[in-house]
This record gives sequence, C-alpha cells and structure tokens, in this order.
Amino acid sequence: MPRTTLQNVLCTFCASGCDNLEITYDGRIVDSARNGCAISVSRFTTADESRILKPLVRKGRTLRPTTFAGSIDRAARILHNAKYPLLYGWSQTSCEAISKGIELAELVGGLIDNTTTSCHGPTILGVQDAGEATCTLGEVRHSADLIIYWACNPVHSHPRHTDRYTIFSEGRFRKTRKDRKLIVVDVRKTDTAKLADRFIQIQPNGDYELLTALRTAIKGEEIEQDSVAGVPVDTIEEIADMMMECEFGALFFGLGLTMSMGKHRNTEAALALVRDLNYVTKFVVVPMRGWFNVTGANEVSTWQTGYPYAVDLTQGYPRFNPGDTSAIDALARGEVDAALVVASDPVSHFPRAAAKSLLEIPIVTVEPKRTPTSDASEVVIPSAIIGVEAAGTIYRIDGVPLEAKKVIEPPLGVRTDEEILDAIIRRVKKMGARR
Amino acid sequence: MAELLIRNGCVFDPLNSIEGERKDISIRDGKIVEKVGRKARVLDVSGLTVMPGGVDIHSHIAGSKANCARMMRPEDHWRDPEPKTKYTRSGVGHTIPSVFTTGYRYARMGYTTVFEPATPPLKTRHTHEELNDIPIIDKGCFPLLGNNWFVMEYIKQGRMEELAAYVAWMLEATKGYAIKIVNPGGIEAWRWGRNLRHLDDKIPNFDVTPREIVRALCQVNKILNLPHAVHIHPNGLSEPGNYQTTLDTMDCIHDIQRANGPTMHVTHVQFTGRKGWSWADVRSGATEIADYVNAHDHVSIDPGQLIFTNVTWMTADGPAMFALFKFSRTKWFNADVESETGAGVVSATYKKSNYVNAIQWGIALELALLVKDPWKVYLTTDHPNGGPFTAYPRVISWLVSKEARQRVIDKINKTARRRLDLPGIDREYSLHEIATITRAATAKSLGLGCKGHLGAGADADIAVYGIEPRNVDPAKDYEAVRKAFARAAFTVKDGRIVVKNGEVVRSTQGRTFWTKPQVSEGIMKTVVSDLEQKFDDYYTVCMANYPIEERYLTASQAIATRGDV
Repeated sequence: MPRTTLQNVLCTFCASGCDNLEITYDGRIVDSARNGCAISVSRFTTADESRILKPLVRKGRTLRPTTFAGSIDRAARILHNAKYPLLYGWSQTSCEAISKGIELAELVGGLIDNTTTSCHGPTILGVQDAGEATCTLGEVRHSADLIIYWACNPVHSHPRHTDRYTIFSEGRFRKTRKDRKLIVVDVRKTDTAKLADRFIQIQPNGDYELLTALRTAIKGEEIEQDSVAGVPVDTIEEIADMMMECEFGALFFGLGLTMSMGKHRNTEAALALVRDLNYVTKFVVVPMRGWFNVTGANEVSTWQTGYPYAVDLTQGYPRFNPGDTSAIDALARGEVDAALVVASDPVSHFPRAAAKSLLEIPIVTVEPKRTPTSDASEVVIPSAIIGVEAAGTIYRIDGVPLEAKKVIEPPLGVRTDEEILDAIIRRVKKMGARR
Repeated sequence: MAELLIRNGCVFDPLNSIEGERKDISIRDGKIVEKVGRKARVLDVSGLTVMPGGVDIHSHIAGSKANCARMMRPEDHWRDPEPKTKYTRSGVGHTIPSVFTTGYRYARMGYTTVFEPATPPLKTRHTHEELNDIPIIDKGCFPLLGNNWFVMEYIKQGRMEELAAYVAWMLEATKGYAIKIVNPGGIEAWRWGRNLRHLDDKIPNFDVTPREIVRALCQVNKILNLPHAVHIHPNGLSEPGNYQTTLDTMDCIHDIQRANGPTMHVTHVQFTGRKGWSWADVRSGATEIADYVNAHDHVSIDPGQLIFTNVTWMTADGPAMFALFKFSRTKWFNADVESETGAGVVSATYKKSNYVNAIQWGIALELALLVKDPWKVYLTTDHPNGGPFTAYPRVISWLVSKEARQRVIDKINKTARRRLDLPGIDREYSLHEIATITRAATAKSLGLGCKGHLGAGADADIAVYGIEPRNVDPAKDYEAVRKAFARAAFTVKDGRIVVKNGEVVRSTQGRTFWTKPQVSEGIMKTVVSDLEQKFDDYYTVCMANYPIEERYLTASQAIATRGDV
C-alpha cells in the first residue's frame, strides 16, 4: 500500500480533543509526529502492539481461540444468566458503542457504570450540589487572563493543553504568555508548577480548607488563622485579589481534588468558589477529564437514562445512587455476579476489594489489547481501536462533540465495539425472557 | 400497501377550513390520500375529536444545555421513573425527561413534530445525537446565530451577501432548520460578565448593535427564502420594563416583509413582556404587545406559559440566567461556547403566592387571549422554562374555559390578581382555535407543508382525542378536555398507530428536518475563503471537522430553498 497522509485527525488518547494531527500510513501507521504530543505518537504508532487477534474463551485455566459467533454466544449466555451483571468501562470507546451498552444493560437488567466512577465522579456530585460555571476551551484561549491549574499536571496528563487552550495559545483578546497569569496549586512542584507565575504548595488533603479560605477572602471576611493548609493567610488574600482583579479567570482541576480527602466536598467547594467569583468578575471552571471519551460516556448515559454514571437498570427503569449503584461499591459488597468490560482495565485499576470480587465472577472483555482484565476473563472479544481503526463520536473535556476517524483497517476479523455489542444484544434477544 | 381508514371522527383541520365535521381520513403508505381500498384497516373513532398531529415550535428537548440540566438535577428524575415496556425503552421524567421518554410523552399527547429552538452550532452534533435518539416524533433544531463573530463582522463590514452565504453555510454545516437569535450581542458582552439591555447598546469589541444584528439576520432570512421566520428571544429577558425592548425589536424590522409569512417570531414573550421599574411593581405588558401584534402582520409570538410547579430554566442567554440565579439561589450552570453563544441552566419553583410568578402566569394567558388571530400566537410553555411540555393539556383547559382560569386566579397572589387584566377577559378558545395554535399555525409558521393539516398529500400524523365535541362544552367540561389532551385515544405517525388509550404501542423513528439554502457558487467561494482564513483563529476545532455530515442524521429530511444571491 502506498504511503498516504491523512489530515485533521482527532487524537483519541486524552480528552483534550486535538483534532489537527497528520497521520502517515501505509497499511500500518508509520508516523503521527505532526501536531501530536509524545503520548499521541505512541498511541498511533504502537496501535498494532499487544493486540488480541482472535476471540478467546476460557477452557479450564487457559484462554483458547474460538469463532466470533462462539464468543458472542458465550458472552450473551453469561450476561443473560446473571442476576446482577455489571457493564463497565466505556470511556475509551465511541458514543455509538456506549449507546449499545445502555441498551444491553436495560435488556439484561444490569448495572451500567463508566470510569467516571473512579475519576471525576465526585466532580459530578459536586455539580449536582453547586452547579458549574464553565465554557468551551476556545473561550479560555480567547479571553482568560488568569489561569489556575489546581491539583492537576497537564504538562504530563494533557500535554497540549497549555499551548492549545491556555498560557501559550493565541486567542482573540489574549495573544501571548505575557497576557496571562498562571497560578498552580499542588502538593508538590510538578512540571506544570514550573511554568507558573505563582506556585502554591499546599499540604496533602488540604484542598477543602484552602478553597473555603479563598471563598472567605473573596467575600471580604477575615480568616482567623495564620495559615490554612500550609499557605499563609497573606498569600491567600493575595491570590483572592488576583482572582477578583482578573477580567476572565479559568480554573482547571484534576484528580488531586476529586480523589483526595473530601472528594465531592472538594469539588463542590471549587465549583462554589468559581460561582462566587462571578459576582465580582467573569470566572469559569473546567474539570480536567482524563480519557478521550469519558465526557461522552456521561453525556450518552445522561440523555438516555437521566443519570451520568452508576445507573442501575435492574428494576426496569434507571436508578442512580452512587455508593449503592456504583461499580466499585457493588463489587466490593460482592453483589455483582457477572461483568462485561468494554475498553477498560478494572482488574488493574480498582481497589483491592473490588478487583478481588471481580476475579471471582465470569468476565466478558471487549478490548483491543491484552490487559490483566482480559487475562482474567471467561470470554475475550478483540475490538478495533476507536480513532485509529474505527470511526465514532467522542466528546472533548468541555462537551464539544467531535468525530474520531478511521485511519487504517483493523486486523483481519476484528470488529468494532458497536458491532460486537450489537451482536450480543441480538443474541440475548433470541434467548427470550430470563427465568 | 399499508392502508388505514380513520372513520367518522369529528375533524378539526384549520388549514383546510374544516371545523368539527364528521369525516373519514384515508391513509396510504404514511400519507393522507383521497380514498383507500376496501381492505384498508378501519379505525372507528365515531364522534371523537380528530386533529392533525401536534406541532411544537419551541421546546428545549435536546442538546448540550438540556443534558447539562439532566446531569445537574437528579432530583428532577427520582420521582418520575418511566419503566421499560414491551414496546418502549426505560427513562426518566420530569421537567427534563431523558430522550426516549421525551418522544413517548409527546406522542401520548398526540404531538408528532417538535423543534428544539436553540442549538449552539459548535455543539450541534450533540443535539443531533439526541434528536436521533428521540423516538416517534419528527424534529429539527435552530442554530444560534445572534452572537456569532462571523455574523457580527460581516454586519460591521456591511457585506450582506456574504452574510447570507455564511448563514447558508452554517445551516448546512449544522443541519439546522432556521435562524435563532438569543439576546443579540448580550451574550458576547457576557464574555466580560456584562449584558446588553437595549436595541442600540454597543457590543463590546465589535462595534455593532443588537438592532443591526436583528435587521441583518431578518434580511438574510428573506434573501435565503428560509421556510421559518427568524426565531428571536430579545434582549433584557425577565427584567422589569423589558416589554419596551420587545416592542422595539418587533418594530425595528417592520419594513422587512417576507412573502411566505411573518418575518419574525418572538418567542416566550411572557419573559420579555413586563412593564414596571422594579420587581416590586412589575406589571403585565401583554396589552401593548398584543395590540402591536394585532396591528402588524410581520410578527408572530408564543407566550411561554408559566405553570405553578418546579421547573428548569435553560437558555442560551447566559447573563439572564445568572441574573435569575441570584433570585432563585438554587443551582446554576453556565456554558459559554467559543465565538458563538452561551448557555445557562437554573432550577426554580413557581409559586402561586409569589407576586412576580403570578404576574408571569397572567402575562402569558393575557397574550394568548388578547392576540385576536390564533394564526399569530402559538401554544408553548417554553419547555422547561415556563413549565414542562406535559402541562400543555392544562394550558389548553385555561384557554378554553374562563372558569378554569378563575379557579387559579382565586388562589394567586392578591396584589397580582388586582393588577392583572386577566380576570376581566372573557374570551374562550374553541377546539378549532386550539387546533390552530397547537398544530396548524405552527406548521404553517415553520413552512412545513406536509404537517399540521389533513388534506391529501400531508404526512399521516394524526391525533384522536377521547372527547365528543357534540356532547362536550369545553368551557364547562374543561377537566374532560384536559384529560383527553393529556392521553390521546390514538396517535398515528406516518400512517402507523403508535399510541392507543394514552399508551405507546409502537416505537418508530422520526425524521430530522433541516434547511439547505442554495446560493451562487461565487459568493460561497468568497465566504469559504474568509472562513478558512479565520477559522483556526476563532475556533479550537479544525474547519474540516466542524460540519456535520448528512449521514449523521438517522432519518434526514432536507428542505431545499433557493437564495437570491
């Protein structure tokens, strides 16, 4: 196959939504250097490594190759026979596949949850308490003269965030680095912190206190300590003044806030801080979502069921009660009796109790590459990589929908997540009502 | 050949001037025809009310802000689960139902076409994803263009032809149906935390005024021969005294006449028809606005009826939402969209005892009752801002019965009761007029020739309601009317029965309407070259990835128009 270059390709790694990559391929991808970060290059050029090429089913202690129909039948049986199946993952696949996942969950009467549950779930709970003043990333690029990265390290997690959207970008009203101030708040001096005009080092688990102190300062009230979370009150008041004096401020926060002590109370405080600032100036907040379509997983789940994650469909209608209907909690209680994992690796990432429980039940994994979860599965169905071998809709951090492109063909016989889920749905429907 | 005969109904078909006649309706292959064969399936609806399927011109059912609201308000859903059935998917209500439930609930009320009136162009792919998922009903969406940078710059440069071509490009790129303006220029000012109140305020950094935007887009609408009027939400939403801005907005285009109907549709006027100087003395501006509409043919309105219940406010008008949040003190979502528009969501509760809420309720009803011609005023609740769309039957009962209104008037805030003209208005709508404001007039305003009537060639979208007009006096039996409109006896969509006795018995896929205006190649080339120069500066998405391809719409129905440039 001759070498071809495809323009304006969307990167499907993080949720920054860089959609101007140039990919050169000749049957397999040979280069993704232009406009991509290091992670993106690796995502595209190593697409064919560690691939699962054939559907596998467990026979005793080993996974043996089988036919596609055989794998679908076994997967459908497992889900059909389960009393409380969990359908988990979804943040690294397309919205079209997620939509099929919800249909399947409703059909088998299961619990469907996405990786939000272990990353920005607390952010959503915070929004449900305090609302959210946000915007698309272009607004930040055009207008923000104050950027705050709080408990996140985009230089490593979202490598092009700073040059596409914040301090190094060129917007309509802010042209260069000099037009913006950057504040970084973190427990250690990260590589992002090295770029900051002001770096605020706080004590671990001190976020809630510091956010509350800032809210106090913004309301013009006295703080009756010398320091809060290791930050002197003078500094807090100075930062509060910077926030109030800017024309357009933007706060980005990451997992350091959502997954440290306080969780959804931290995010609620951050969201409330930004809300309060809007009485004084213009301020927005954008949570730093991780995987390229974790936002999409929330969106599809919300418009189809009313709830963004942790949706229990066992009663025939959607129920949402994180802590009860969330994947980790249901697993840790030992209630789940089968799992379908799509585009995720919970065996590696879940807390010990949940992972252990997962290992005791039959798992069906739909996944392009070998993972600890696929190794522990009853059925493994290989799938095409979205944005490389399959097209589909995804949502950027800020809710801007984009279309991921198909650049090359998937390995022979490998289907898309959407096709695989559709086949399972059709098979389950044929099995009729569960006893 | 699928044939259906709806026999012996009491038919209300205002577009064909049929008022309550006993008639058969023949259907073949999803269309209404003159006659069907003997083997046609017969649906005997003797004496029952038969109308074309309802057509809703303004209801926020899909897209980014609706989904933000769903996500932010789980408390809205908990009390209203919708279990799956043999024919339907599960979901949740209430003020912002999930998509499947939205389609079913509209169909259960006999509605078959609904338009989402505000979609941010950059996020319209999202809107279409949701519209694709809404079952049964046909739909479409109006892209927001009133704060768009390209629009404002073309206006500033006085390049009207290029502006028209740009709007044509946008409608095709977003698969949108009509031009929507929300708070022209005010949302751009909201970038800096400000707002614009009047038609001649200057927009920061752009040196154009709301008046220029409104006029220019109304001219473009005419140049492109678009099917619907410019759909506008004026400046100063919800502020006391804003009725004057609304009147100014209507009057600023009085010289622009469109051949196929009004030039401008002013929406949810209850929110922009307020007199007074402060919240304490806010009054109804309905009389002045109704007088203007009665005297002019270039505008139509919808009231955005308020319902005393918990609601979700959602609009592209970011600054207005923040202003209202300061009153409600509940939850506030803001979502500005780069170079285009904004959005806000706030939860709220309307109470009969609240003076302002009672005035709002009165303004909407006064508007509906004081505008004499039912072809100029359409039934909406600005779902979910004034109330959920499921409250339409209640609104209908207020319109057909003075007694029904009086029962509410007796309970509202006393000062409001004294200050409203509503208690003295005796008009009661007939069923024929209800059919006009809920389907015939809206379909006509949208320029959908195949909708809103029951003549040969129309889409076979039909609602049968379980009341017999000969035996029922709507003014007295308003409760029966309300119940009948809440649960259609039958809803037929594209010739197939989808609802029986208020329950969904079949789920189908509706179409998405969008407009495809043709302009000359030369002018489009100029515009595309302008866009290519600036797109990367204005957006964080590549221009090549911006347009939504037609294959994205599950059931696409383009309406081609020929522009005059």
